[in-house]
Amino acid sequence: MSIELKNVSHVYMPKTPFERLALDDITLTIPEGVITAIAGHTGSGKSTLIQHFNGLLKPAAGSVLVDGVDISRKSNEAKTARRKVGIVFQYPEYQLFEETVAKDIAFGPTNMGCSEEETLERVKKAMEFVDLDYDKYGKRSPFQLSGGQKRRAAIAGILALKPKYLVLDEPTAGLDPKGRESLMDKFRKLHKAQGTTIVLISHNMDNIASYADNVIILNRGKVTLEAPPAEAFSKTEVIRQAGLELPEVKSIMNELAANGLAIENDAFTMDKAVQEITEALRRAGKC
Amino acid sequence: MLTDITLGQYFPGTSPLHNMDARVKIVLLFIYIVAIFLFDNHVNYGIMTAGALGAVILSRLPVGMVLKSIKPLWWIILFSFGIHLFSTPGEPIFKVWNFAMTREGIIQGFIISLRLVLMIMVSSLLMFTTSPLKLTDALESLMSPLKKIGFPAHELAMMMTIAMRFIPTLLEETDKIMKAQQSRGSDIGDGNFLQRAKGMIPILVPLFISAFRRADELAIAMEARCYQGGVDRTRMKQQRLHDIDFWAGGIFALFLVSLIAVQIIL
Amino acid sequence: MSFIECIDLTHIYNAGMENEYLAVENVNIKINEGEFVAILGTNGSGKSTLAKHFNGLLLPTSGKCIVDGMDTTDESHTYDIRKQIGMVFQNPDNQIIAAIVEDDIGFGPENIGLDPHEIRRNVTAALRAVDMEEFRSFSPHHLSGGQKQRVAIAGALAMNTRCLVLDEPTAMLDPRGRHEVMDTVSRLNKERGITTIYITHFMEEAALADRIFVMDQKHLVADGTPREIFKDIGSMKKRGLAVPMAAEMAYRLQQKGVKITESIINTEDLVKALCQ
Repeated sequence: MSIELKNVSHVYMPKTPFERLALDDITLTIPEGVITAIAGHTGSGKSTLIQHFNGLLKPAAGSVLVDGVDISRKSNEAKTARRKVGIVFQYPEYQLFEETVAKDIAFGPTNMGCSEEETLERVKKAMEFVDLDYDKYGKRSPFQLSGGQKRRAAIAGILALKPKYLVLDEPTAGLDPKGRESLMDKFRKLHKAQGTTIVLISHNMDNIASYADNVIILNRGKVTLEAPPAEAFSKTEVIRQAGLELPEVKSIMNELAANGLAIENDAFTMDKAVQEITEALRRAGKC
Repeated sequence: MLTDITLGQYFPGTSPLHNMDARVKIVLLFIYIVAIFLFDNHVNYGIMTAGALGAVILSRLPVGMVLKSIKPLWWIILFSFGIHLFSTPGEPIFKVWNFAMTREGIIQGFIISLRLVLMIMVSSLLMFTTSPLKLTDALESLMSPLKKIGFPAHELAMMMTIAMRFIPTLLEETDKIMKAQQSRGSDIGDGNFLQRAKGMIPILVPLFISAFRRADELAIAMEARCYQGGVDRTRMKQQRLHDIDFWAGGIFALFLVSLIAVQIIL
Repeated sequence: MSFIECIDLTHIYNAGMENEYLAVENVNIKINEGEFVAILGTNGSGKSTLAKHFNGLLLPTSGKCIVDGMDTTDESHTYDIRKQIGMVFQNPDNQIIAAIVEDDIGFGPENIGLDPHEIRRNVTAALRAVDMEEFRSFSPHHLSGGQKQRVAIAGALAMNTRCLVLDEPTAMLDPRGRHEVMDTVSRLNKERGITTIYITHFMEEAALADRIFVMDQKHLVADGTPREIFKDIGSMKKRGLAVPMAAEMAYRLQQKGVKITESIINTEDLVKALCQ
């Protein structure tokens, strides 16, 4: 089971002087149960792409299948399929609107037709997940929360939909280092505990390096790379061309290797890198 | 998509009409519109129509596009035509129940429609050939004498400038918020009026909050850049009259003189 | 005398009201002309509040902020100070006022009543300084985030500013935009000696500064060169911050028994320490 895009193209403002091809014949698969990262600079088509995952945008050509169902159709089956995909947009705190945090989080489940008990249950679970105490924050106005708390409340609003596929568009943008780390750890926990498939949209390659199982790189509306991280990060040229950078760890390792340190150089996370370097130094008898 | 809407009606170009000073265009337009309703001689209608068509040709815009500008107001034109058709006393040609369609009615209806069409056409020409920025600058400068009696000309122009700057941004934002709420299962545009109005809340509340936040940040940014209202402010782009503006003024004066002459003599 | 000096600066929002909020307490700093200073701190640590004092957008509740010898509370100097201290904010969209790039850059000079010819000259020079000449007549709506921030920088330069205060200018940008902004800022600092105060959450950017201030819980808690600041990984993490990747790697290696005696803040340092 997976999200599958087959030859998807999307054109903005067709038949006007401003016509622009945003997605150009994209075919890709987002397999269930793993963390897939989609990277690309601003304007590469990332945002357009994810809006196809739950039918917010319809492809000009090609088709989008969620668990084998074409979501552009009008059947109930297609509707159910669309609802399997939850999208957390960039700066999701800007979509909060209700009087209380709990009501805001309940918006999604209520729209889906959940019973009151079911909704309450989901709200509590979602809040617990993002570390917002229901008794303390549930009755507060979302606009009284701090920036980081707002972000988490908004994310809870999507988690309460219990999506099978959770799409995160730059979830840590604007947060401080501590906030970034703790939020990413929550998503990892969600992935581990409930097997939620995660699609991480980001231009932060270090984030991608530490969390993703699968990397897709988008450049000018085309997929220029689809590979596991180790392979993806060895293609420096493709990454540069896409306006992105290697993960910092990887580029440090490249520098060390280029300057004669005998490392294997396939590490892109801190732990692995430290291990490789100590081993190399040990072999050289320097340590 | 919401951001597909093209904003403003300005079509960049280098025609004589584009190159004219916006203030001159506004003043001439104003006089022309007054003239339309002042002169009622049949020959004058011909001259005024010719004048408007001449301006269209000078603008080098496709004629079809200029005519298209009438489309949104088509019903008003038709409506006033109908009213005049039946309400003008005279020799009846055709009778429906108590209402008689008269020969004078046809002429009157035709004239009133022509006036409306001419008015819309020349006004659209101004919008088509003048960038919104030049338009605001021109309005500010035309209204500036009113500052003496406390009219906030600078503030109004600044508001229009900022509005123009932020319309695309806010449209994009609306689109984003709509999509975010749709992703949470909200159905926009379903059900009766009350349900639909309720369905707008999840979009309008975030939109207002965001607009206020932007306004707040913008105010701080403006303050940081020494903004202190219109006092002692200079402008980088000065509005100066060029040869073309004097030519336009001259031609327009001739046009006006002939209208007056025809009105008096015939 | 230092260019900017804060003496026991405290700021309380809505002082005396029910919802009063202490944002910055007893901060003492001195910034010299031409210096490149980075300010680090988690959200809510008070760094933005502090930054808004440098050009008198906020006035201290107690204490003082002196800019080029002028007290910011003295209203007769407000615009003299703001002319010299340009500000760039986080959201590029909310600081561009006009619908055309050159008009926006001219906004500041127009406000201080410069002569039209001089404004035009300044605008051209400012566009050149941030390498945006070709976008002169563009609508800001069609620019990338990095380009918009460069327009904002140019808007300050056109007023002949001597100092730039940038409040997380790269937070909303992609790597390409971040580089554009960072390169522009450090070039302006080096080539024109523009005093730069740079607030950021990115440690790699802070590592390029001459000096780093660390804010924590409304207080200034550390002031030193990047090497001094990033040496102390423990307390940086405790404050919810981080250190550049290379510094963290060096620290982890040391813990594994690798001997690194030099202080490490960038890749170059690490290469030198490990590849000899």
